[in-house]
Amino acid sequence: MTKEYNKYKGRLPSNVLEEVREKTKGMPEGRVNNILKEVCSEYNKARVEPGESVGLVGAESIGEPGTQMTLNTFHFAGVAEMNVTVGLPRIIEILDGRKKIKTPMMEIFLNKPWSNGKDIRHLALSIKETTMKEIMTDLAVNIVESKIELRLDNAAMKDVGVTPGNVTEALGKQLRGVSIKKKDDLIVIKMKSKEGSVGDVSKVKEKIKDVFVRGVKGITQVLPVKRNDEFIIIAAGSNLRDVLPLKEVDETRTITNDVFETAEVLGVEAARQIIINEVNKVIDTQGLNVDLRHIMLVADTMSFSGDVKGITRYGIVSEKASVLARASFETPIKHIVNAALVGEVDNLNSVVENVMLNQPVPVGTGLPGLVTKVK
Amino acid sequence: MAKRKSKLIIKKHILIPKHIKLSAKERDELFKKYNISLKELPKIKKDDSAITSLNVKEGDVIKIIRMSQTAGEVEFYRGVISE
Repeated sequence: MTKEYNKYKGRLPSNVLEEVREKTKGMPEGRVNNILKEVCSEYNKARVEPGESVGLVGAESIGEPGTQMTLNTFHFAGVAEMNVTVGLPRIIEILDGRKKIKTPMMEIFLNKPWSNGKDIRHLALSIKETTMKEIMTDLAVNIVESKIELRLDNAAMKDVGVTPGNVTEALGKQLRGVSIKKKDDLIVIKMKSKEGSVGDVSKVKEKIKDVFVRGVKGITQVLPVKRNDEFIIIAAGSNLRDVLPLKEVDETRTITNDVFETAEVLGVEAARQIIINEVNKVIDTQGLNVDLRHIMLVADTMSFSGDVKGITRYGIVSEKASVLARASFETPIKHIVNAALVGEVDNLNSVVENVMLNQPVPVGTGLPGLVTKVK
Repeated sequence: MAKRKSKLIIKKHILIPKHIKLSAKERDELFKKYNISLKELPKIKKDDSAITSLNVKEGDVIKIIRMSQTAGEVEFYRGVISE
């Protein structure tokens, strides 16, 4: 029986084959064979034919529902001040391949026992980036003695699990030319150089506020939530490289919505998948319906060069071989002038340049002439 | 190389499909089957984090087995480039 199925391996997609196998359980061999034959011929009919302008169809299919999308960024439903870019701005952001996205977010999955909710709040806060300004209440500058006194906020420190020892250590590492002494819950920072100007003291004062004490850099907000019987942490801000090695974090499932960061840490294939997931998520939440294959085509195109490239004149459009095709997208004069300067040749192999010259385009029935020599 | 990347290597991740290096023979068969050459294939960088353990060089072909939402297991190929 499995022999029949194996014959069709490679000719039918694996999940179509799997479905046929499910549905034909217990049927006689001859009948199964006929069914497979029929499925195979139907599948071949449904396939995209060579020369079909899939890109154009894809663009229209994503573009049309795009007109229905909201232009606003919404607040994350019901939870503490977390913003998420949604709707059209998010789609544009992804497809343009922006390096800095507006609202980077991470979904941090946890290993057991943390995924059951053990110390979840504590753990979440230990991932969040904590700087000095969050754990001190008072900052007094004494210009005469060129020293700064700062008072620690014990309650806030306890919340994020930082001891005064951690604080002085962090200060010592990240500030230069000062001596640090601890007096009760006061920390006294004295300039080492005697003739330090007033400007120096206030410079140090500003620096103190941004001294990094604990957590993962870039994670600005954390939010433990329960999803399908396990606790995960949703974080605003993104830093895969530093979050993944943490022992509490499940490094096989933790993801970010930053395409470029994914490409760097997990590779192009992962970035391609993130593009698909993120675009699909936006379209889904807007209540629209776009066939996944269109989005997959876009993601494939963006990740073609081994790098994520946006659909802009600096991204994939700049890779086109034809001058006229590039000129027809944006900034035509720049492209034509530059091409003229280096003597670029346009072989008119593709669509746009032939449209411009009023010639048959190599699409659909116009294509075979290119494949076989007509003579 | 301007900035050295940290040594973080994630081998298993739900987003990373299986990457397999093709032997020279398999590669030639692939090229013959589809009547293509290396430069028509999609690319993957030599230092891509998904293939660091495969010990690849420029010109190799990587077979990627994706789990597609529409078709189940799908084979995909990328040619290795250096930068």
